Amino acid sequence: MQNLTKRYGDTVAVDRLSFTVRPGQVTGFLGPNGAGKSTTMRMMLGLDRPAAGRVLINGRPYDRLTEPLRWVGALLEATAVHRGRRAQDHLRWLARSNRIPKTRVREVLAMVGLESVARKRTKGFSLGMSQRLGIAAALLGDPPVLLFDEPLNGLDPEGIVWIRNLMKRLAAEGRTVFVSSHLMNEMALTADHLVVIGRGRLLADTTVAQFVAAHTRSFVRIRTPEPERMRDVLIAAGVTVAQAADGALEADGTDAATIGEIAAARRLIVHEVSTQTASLEEAFMRLTGDVVDYRAGYGAGGPQW
Amino acid sequence: MVNMASARAALGAEFIKIRTVRSTAWTLALTFVLSVGLGFLFCLSVRYGFDRMDQRARANFDPVTTGFYSLTLGQISLVVFGVLCVGTEYTSGTIRASLAAVPHRGVFYGAKVLATTLLALAFSLITVLLTFFTAQAELGPHGTTLSEPGVLRAVVFACVYLTLLCAFAIGVATMLRSTALSLGIMIPLLFLDSQGLGNIPKVRTVAQFLPDQVGQVMMQVVKPEKSFISHRPFGPWTALGILVIWATAACAGGYLLLRRRDA
Repeated sequence: MQNLTKRYGDTVAVDRLSFTVRPGQVTGFLGPNGAGKSTTMRMMLGLDRPAAGRVLINGRPYDRLTEPLRWVGALLEATAVHRGRRAQDHLRWLARSNRIPKTRVREVLAMVGLESVARKRTKGFSLGMSQRLGIAAALLGDPPVLLFDEPLNGLDPEGIVWIRNLMKRLAAEGRTVFVSSHLMNEMALTADHLVVIGRGRLLADTTVAQFVAAHTRSFVRIRTPEPERMRDVLIAAGVTVAQAADGALEADGTDAATIGEIAAARRLIVHEVSTQTASLEEAFMRLTGDVVDYRAGYGAGGPQW
Repeated sequence: MVNMASARAALGAEFIKIRTVRSTAWTLALTFVLSVGLGFLFCLSVRYGFDRMDQRARANFDPVTTGFYSLTLGQISLVVFGVLCVGTEYTSGTIRASLAAVPHRGVFYGAKVLATTLLALAFSLITVLLTFFTAQAELGPHGTTLSEPGVLRAVVFACVYLTLLCAFAIGVATMLRSTALSLGIMIPLLFLDSQGLGNIPKVRTVAQFLPDQVGQVMMQVVKPEKSFISHRPFGPWTALGILVIWATAACAGGYLLLRRRDA
C-alpha cells in the first residue's frame, strides 16, 4: 500500500497511508471508530477509488486480478447479503463468477459449520451465522490473502474464539491475514503484527511483541510535597524518574517497597507510593487519543491521565 | 482486455442471482397473469360492446393494440422485475460482494443487463404470444391473425417493447441505486402517461415520446386518422428507434455512474 489517500469532500478519510502486509502472519489493523479502517479495506478491494496512491496485491492492483476471489477473500459487512437468497445460493453465484467448482460451496459451508442451514434463506440468520457465511464466502476461492473487517463485532465468546483460531490457522498455512478491529486487547491475542491508524494516518507499524514492550510500562507513582528533593534522592539512588503532568513522580525500573525504604531513610514525606501498570488498551487509547474524532465528552468516565 | 471466460462466468453468476430469489417468480408470474388474464377480460367486453361503438371508433379500431391493452398493466410488474434485479444489490449491500467478485465494472454491468434482458425477452415472447392468441380468440369476428399485414411485426415489436422497457428500468435503477425511488419515478410515468398525459393535447407533444407511449405506436397495425386521439406523428419503426434511444441512454447513464462512483 503506497501513499493511499481518500477524501470525502473536504474531509480526508485516509491520509497518505503506506504499509506492507506480509504472508504467514495475522496483521491487526487497529484504529478507533472513524479512523478510516473500512475505507482503506474498500480501497484494497477496488470498491472505493483512492484520491491518490495505490494498493498492490502480489504486485497488481485488485481490479487487474483475473478471478480475484482466488487471490483475495474478504469479509466486509457480514449482513450485506440478499436476505431472500439461500445461504448456498449466495455462495453458488460467487463461485460461478470466479469459475470456482460448485463442490467448493459444500466444503466451505462445512468449514464454517453451516451445512445444516445451507438451504435456509439468510433472512433468519443471526449475526453470528451471517458472519460465518461471510467467512465461507471469503474462503471460497482458497485465496492466499484474506481481509476481515471487524469480524468479531457482535459475536458471542464462542464465536470470538472460533474466529481467532481460524485466523491463526489461516496464517499458519502461510496466508496473509489482515484483520481490522477497534479492540486492542483482542488484537494482542490474535495478531502477530499491528498497523495502527488514527484519523486516516499511520500511527504505528510494528510487531505485537514490540508494541506491548513499548507501551505497557510498569512504574511507581510517587506523590510528595517535596518533589525536587525526592527526585534528586532517587536519581542518586540510580532510579530513573519522570515528572507526570499532575506533579507526581513516576519511577521506572524499581518497585514500591524500594521507594518507600529510600524515602524513609531520607525522612521524606510521601503522600502516595503506588505501582501503576498501563494496560494495552490504555496504551492504544493514548496513542490514538490525540486523533479520536468523536471523543466522549467531559465527565463521561473512563481512565484519565 | 476483457477475457471471454470471465465474461461468461459473470453472466452465469447473474443468472444464478436472478433464479435464486423469490421476487423473480412473483414479478414474472404477475406480469403473465395481468397480461393474459386482463387481455382476455378486456377483449370479452370489447366484443360485446363493439356494436355500440360509434362510426369513428370502429373505423380506427385496431385489434392488435386492443388485444395488447392489458400489457400496459402487465409491463409494470416487468419493470418491477428489472428494477429489483439491480435495486436489491444496493438495498442489501450485495453490490460490494458483486464488485469484489467481478471488479471490472463493464463486465459486471454488461452481465447484469444481458442476463436480465435475455430473461425478459424469453418471458415476453411467451406472454405476448399467449396474450395475442387469447385476445384475438376473444375478439372473435373483430379479431385478427398473424398472417394479416403488419400483425406479425406488431407482435414481435410487443416483445421487443417489453424487453427494452426492462432494460430501461435496469438503467434507471442503476443510476438511482434505489428500488423505491426507481419505482416511484417510473410507475407514475408509465401509468399516468398512457392513461392521462398522452390524451391532453398540450402535454401530448412531449409525452408522446415517453417509453410507454412509443410502445403503443410500436404495436399499432391500423394507423389512426389524424384527428383521432391515438394518432401520433410517427410510425412503428420510428417508435422503435425512440425506444432504443431511451433504453440505451438509461443503460449508458447507469454504466457511467457505476464506473465513477464508489461502491
